[in-house]
Amino acid sequence: MKLVPTILLAALLSGTAIAQDAAPPVAPPAEGQGIDVTVSDDSDWQDLGIAIPAFATNADVATQTSAGSTGQLGLALAQVITGDLKNNGLFKPTGPERLPRPELGQIQAPDYPTWAGRRADMLVQGFVRAESNGQVTVGCYLYDVALNQQLGKAGWTVPPGEWRRAAHKCADMVYARLSGENPFFDSRIAYIAETGPKDHRIKRLAIMDSDGANHRYLTTGQATALTPRYSPDYKAILYLSYYNGQPRIYIYDLESNTQRLLLKANNPLFAPRWSPDGKWVLYSMAIAGNTDIYKMPAAGGAAVKLTTSPGIDIGGSFSPDGTRIVFESDRSGSQQVYVMNADGTNQHRISFFGGRSATPEWSPRGDQIAFTHIAGNFRIAVMDPSGGSLRYLTDAWQDEAPTWAPNGRIIQFFRTARGSGKTGVWQVDLTGRNERKLETPVDGSDPAWGPLRP
Amino acid sequence: MRPNRSLATIAMLSAGTLVLAACSSKPPKQLPPDPGGAVSTNTSQGTMQQGIVPGSQADFAQQMMGQDTIYFETDKYNIDAADEMALQAQAAWLARYPGKRATIEGHCDERGTREYNLALGERRANASKNYLASLGIDPARLTTVSYGKERPIALGSDEASWAKNRRAVTITID
Repeated sequence: MKLVPTILLAALLSGTAIAQDAAPPVAPPAEGQGIDVTVSDDSDWQDLGIAIPAFATNADVATQTSAGSTGQLGLALAQVITGDLKNNGLFKPTGPERLPRPELGQIQAPDYPTWAGRRADMLVQGFVRAESNGQVTVGCYLYDVALNQQLGKAGWTVPPGEWRRAAHKCADMVYARLSGENPFFDSRIAYIAETGPKDHRIKRLAIMDSDGANHRYLTTGQATALTPRYSPDYKAILYLSYYNGQPRIYIYDLESNTQRLLLKANNPLFAPRWSPDGKWVLYSMAIAGNTDIYKMPAAGGAAVKLTTSPGIDIGGSFSPDGTRIVFESDRSGSQQVYVMNADGTNQHRISFFGGRSATPEWSPRGDQIAFTHIAGNFRIAVMDPSGGSLRYLTDAWQDEAPTWAPNGRIIQFFRTARGSGKTGVWQVDLTGRNERKLETPVDGSDPAWGPLRP
Repeated sequence: MRPNRSLATIAMLSAGTLVLAACSSKPPKQLPPDPGGAVSTNTSQGTMQQGIVPGSQADFAQQMMGQDTIYFETDKYNIDAADEMALQAQAAWLARYPGKRATIEGHCDERGTREYNLALGERRANASKNYLASLGIDPARLTTVSYGKERPIALGSDEASWAKNRRAVTITID
């Protein structure tokens, strides 16, 4: 299903053009219902008070969405947008529960004095309309209240099952416009859902939206599944699963809901990865105690061995342009991070920090490599691609396996609790200050963040 | 040395009762037919000894008296003197039953990253296999598998537990 961008024609709201001139005033703020301007970070733009009232509708009619009628959908859209902007830690928006719902005619002509009176710096509002074919059209507008100026607008017509995507796209528009960064909310995460006691953990492949919604288990847990990776087009997931007691690499086809072995080998296979264009797969294979990294066409075909060291060479993450690969190797005696060209030439170590450095992942922006630094605690850290500018982002007993948001500004990882062995998916932004646990139905590990959806 | 139990075992076999030990982390390939309510499912060693078949995994596990498992230092996979003794005992048993095959499971403690531990577990299983081969056991009889840190046997987050989890376990295939 594709999200269809909708051009916000004046015609869309033409029936309400007169009403815009005579917009009914928004109710004055009640006591204690002003915008809380709470700073969660140091940057100026994060001080903005953002008001996100429920979206208006031309007619409150039933829809096929899980949210209910268009009126209920308008409230749900504003809640999802508020959740997105709040949960990444960079904004402190005020959601629709504490705000009056604007009339449809006010969507393109905000009642600026009223919002200024609520100490809102920014206003996100919109409308929702049911289409005759069952789809819904969502319009999203961003206004600067102090400047009395529209900063952005966008609209989408979506199938009823994808209404949350319109909210994520709206949040992405707001985030990108206010931060100057690339969007990331409209994206999905594959991870391993874990249940059961420490010595009998059930590990299932699962997927969810970036905010945890639309959660789905893909495997039953009969076979242990580990280390998933979304394909760049979201059509498939590479992952490891045990088959007849041996780890094997599978491709789960999300369109047909079937899985197939990537390749048959008598040796254990680990650490599958896609190339940025989805045409290649990296994997690691152990032969007689020696693990090396290989590259093969995703469609199948002959593999090329990229590493030859007698130690454990494992993992691997392509640079965004596909020309280089960062991977981990213990050829020096302990796990360290190395970079090589995509054909295996020019292998050189880049991590020289003391301790061990593992699970490197190249940022989608290309400027940083996230990894697990092990020296006592297991911490998520970033460095530049030459191994400089080490910065720690977390400090817990055991954090590992970072994965990047599509815009390269946020990192997810999994945290294991000392003792119980319980795991959870967490995320942290590049400042290291905004850290939170993702809500998942059960414990989670090995998050893998997919790219921004088109 | 332990007493020879073959007489008792033959008696048990002729009685048509085959009891499999639950020492292995793998289920037996074929479960025995449900005998009804008469057979105890108590798998404690005291009751099991009566029904152990020579050359079975249950026999191997019992004969090894813990030496079916060898242990490793943090991040290491070398075979030390204690490991050598254990592997020699394993090799003697495997030599006595030349038709038996075995799987060696490599494991790690929780204080490592997941993928590296899968590779490290494989390396430990392989070290065990290589040593058994050096003692004359045909390597074609031995397969290896790694579970990394996914299947701990000791559940604490302390050095004593981790030491128990850094292991390679030999399990014969019935």
